Formats: sequence, structure tokens, C-alpha cells
Amino acid sequence: MTTATRIIRSDYAPMAVGLVSLVGFLLLMELLVQIGAISRFIVPPPSEIFGSFGRVIVEEHVFSRFVMTLTECLTAGVMLTVFGVAGGVLMQRYKLLRQACETWVAAMASAPIVLMYPLFLVIFGRSSWTIIMMGFISALPPVILKTIEGISGTRKVLVNVGRSFKLTRSQQFWKILLPAALPNIFVGIRLGLIFALINIVGVEFLINYGGLGQLINDLAERYDLAGTYAAICFVILVSVLFFMTLEKIERWLRPVD
Amino acid sequence: MAETGRLTQTKVAAPAVSPVTLLRLAIILSLLAIWEFLSHSGWLYRDVVPSLLSIGHALVELLISGSYYFNLSVTAGEVAAALAIGGLSGIAVGIIIGANPFLSKAFEAYLYYLGPTPKIIFFPIMIMWFGVGPQSKIALGTLSCFFPVALSVAAGMRAIDKVLIRVGVSFRASFWQMAMKIYLPAMRHPIINGIRLGLGVALIGVLLAETKLSNKGIGFLIIQAYSIFDMPRMYAMLIVLFVLAIGANALVGQLGGLSNIKRQ
Repeated sequence: MTTATRIIRSDYAPMAVGLVSLVGFLLLMELLVQIGAISRFIVPPPSEIFGSFGRVIVEEHVFSRFVMTLTECLTAGVMLTVFGVAGGVLMQRYKLLRQACETWVAAMASAPIVLMYPLFLVIFGRSSWTIIMMGFISALPPVILKTIEGISGTRKVLVNVGRSFKLTRSQQFWKILLPAALPNIFVGIRLGLIFALINIVGVEFLINYGGLGQLINDLAERYDLAGTYAAICFVILVSVLFFMTLEKIERWLRPVD
Repeated sequence: MAETGRLTQTKVAAPAVSPVTLLRLAIILSLLAIWEFLSHSGWLYRDVVPSLLSIGHALVELLISGSYYFNLSVTAGEVAAALAIGGLSGIAVGIIIGANPFLSKAFEAYLYYLGPTPKIIFFPIMIMWFGVGPQSKIALGTLSCFFPVALSVAAGMRAIDKVLIRVGVSFRASFWQMAMKIYLPAMRHPIINGIRLGLGVALIGVLLAETKLSNKGIGFLIIQAYSIFDMPRMYAMLIVLFVLAIGANALVGQLGGLSNIKRQ
């Protein structure tokens, strides 16, 4: 590493540049809208968007919507953890099953599962369960794959230690394999929760039901432009905070390697 | 080592049908049997689980109808445009950010955290900017596709062997020459991987946008089948869509030789 990079890495300068560019961009938009270069009926001035934050939060019951979306997401998360980890463990335990199904799960991960939401609407009705199930199904593959990866990546030494203590199969699993696989399983669950949140908010928006996703659809249909932009900013902010929290939790739970 | 390898190979090849294939067949057949049983049992609402025969019928009907291919071409065109715009800008931004630690430190966090946010919620804005036609779907697909490509390319850029870059510098290559002769060839795998991820999310973005508001495209057909409650047709369309999506994904992976790196 050269001295120059070291200075850059240790400095807050880049962060400041990032922030300044963001603020500069917002000011530029404000200017362009104010002088009429961009129609304010397409892009409301950023000041107006910031101004409508308070209004949207108070009048649109943002807090209860937020709780609703979060509950849906956590319900999907619990189901993901139970079924995803169980599926992964099962597939790892029976080699034949893994050989037969692992490519299927991987293929499922690349299929646009969320497109099945009209189907789920028919099965579960226009209810929270449609949204939860959609989040659950589309986020399942990464949890299964990461669990398999974690267990099969257990260091041979650890497995041999278990053998030399004559552990039974279940002891071997609970005392050796599962703890060794936990870091990878956490990665899987974190990815799963991110997928779940994306799909849950997306489906809420599409079927116009439930929490934060519906808020955006509502405001857009009312042509409350500043409100729509503010709500989108708010949802983006919430999801970014959600990812950051997940990362923090993962780092906190992860045993030191 | 070579000998044992050959020995085990002949052993595995011995049974006519491998147990894996047998298990796969068994799983598929039992799933189909359960499905057929459910559809005749009357436990669920009629048509939620239509019989396999009616799904097969709908599938054939779908595949021989001309309008389906028209809508497929609309969606394919939108996805291709989204992938071209989002992919190219993603590659450009990825190269710039990956090559420059300062810019990476300044802007990559934004990309990293904005990347996994739900993109479909931008659709109302896209409609205002680009209208209700295919342009707004392309825009949404572009927005979805840009982030994974940019992040993957930036990460790939940093992983390039420093020696290659030094060779380029010592030849006094211009920025353009560096990009075309050093960076792009050295980053083939991360770029292909990014495009594969980008293709997946662009497809989802375009199709979801079509289900929300459009008058043509596969997403439109799916939501239309939903609103007239033509379940066999909807299942048929989802099946074709999944096959196409998984196939396209595998194809991009094959072209980029991703299977080769895994094997090494």
C-alpha cells in the first residue's frame, strides 16, 4: 500500500466527498426545478419533498405501516430459518437427495419466483399471508444453499474430534456440525431476510395491501408527487437501516474466526 | 491418482440409470401425482389446483398462439434494452470506482446499500418520467440491473492481478487502452457474473412493472389471466417463464465459462 492510499483510507475525505456530492446533486435539482428546466409536475423540488416528510409520517400512519411490514418480514424470517435450515440439513445428511435437488434449488434461486404473486393471491386471498408466503418462498433458496455450504465446509479436524469421542450422530450434529456451520447459516439467513424484505415491500406495492409498499402506491394514485417521493425515500431509508442492522447482528453473533 | 480416478469412474458408470436420476424421477412423479390427487380431491377451491391435463392443454394452446410470441418479444426487447443500458453503465461505473480507491470510498457505500432495496417502488416515478409505455419498464429494469453489475465489476476490478496493471502502465497505455486491453479481459468472470445477476433482477423488474401497468408483455398476460381467473393459462405461462429465465441464466453462465472456474 502506498502512502497516498494509506492517507486516503485513513481519512474522512472520501466520505465527505460522497456526502457533498449528494447534497450538491439535491441542490442542483432544486435549482433546475426552481428555474423551470425540469417540470415540477414530474420532479418536485427536493425542499418540498423534505417538507412533506412530516406530513406523510403523521397523516399516513407510517409507524403502524412500518410495524406491519416488519412483522411480515420477521414472520417470513422465522419460517425461512426453520424450513431453510431444516431443508439444508436434510439435503446435507442424505447425499443422494442433495445430488438430486441441489441444482434444482440453485435454479429456483435464479427464477423470477415473485412473478407467482397472482397465484398466491388466488390461494391466500388479498391478505398478509400472500405477502408473507411470497417473501418466504422467494427467499428460501439462499438459506438452503448456505446451510449446505456451511455444514459441508466443516473442518475435517473437528469432525474427527467428534469421531474420536465416539459421538452419536445427533451429538455430532448438535455439538460439531451445527456450531461450525453457524456463520454460514447466518449469512444465508441475512440474505434470505434481505430477499424477503424486497419481495414483501414489492408485493405490498403491487397488490396495494398492507404496509410501506402500499403507502407508495396510495400516494402515487392520489398524485401526491412530493409525498410519493418522500415515501420512496423513507422506504429506501428503512431498508438500508434494515440491512445495516442485519449486518451488525451477524457480526455480533458470529464467533471470532 | 490417475488410476484410482479411472477405476471409480468405471464403477459409477456401471448402473444403467444412476440412483440420482431415479430419485429425481421419483420426486417429480410423486409431486405430479400429489398435484393430480389434490386437483381431483375437491379440498381446495376448484381451479386453484387445475388438473395436469388442463395445464398441459393450456401450455400447448399458449405455445401455438401467435399473440404469446408477440408479447414475449415485447418483454424480451424490454429486458434486452434494460440489460444493455443498465449493464453498460454498470460496467463503466464499476471500472471507474474499482480503479480508484478514493471514489470507491466515497460512493461505493451508496451503491452497496441502495443495491438490495426494492426497486419496484420506483415505478410510479418511472411512469411520470417515461410514460406508461415500454420505456418506463425499461427504465425500471435498467435501475434494477445497474447495481449488481456495478458492484460486481468494482469488486472484480480490485481483484485484478497488480502485475497486469503494471504491465499496462509500463506500456504507457491510455485509459481507453487500459480498459479494453487489461481491465475488461482480466475481469471477464466478474462481469459475466454481474450480468447474470443483473439479468435476473432486470427480468423481475420488467415483468413486475408489466403486471402493475401495461397493455402488452408477459407480465400483462399473467395479470390478465389472473383477472379473468384462467388458472391453467396462468400456470402454463409461469412454467414457460421459469424455463426461459433459468435457461437464460444458465446460458449467460455457460458463455462466460463460469462452470469452468467452479471446476478448477
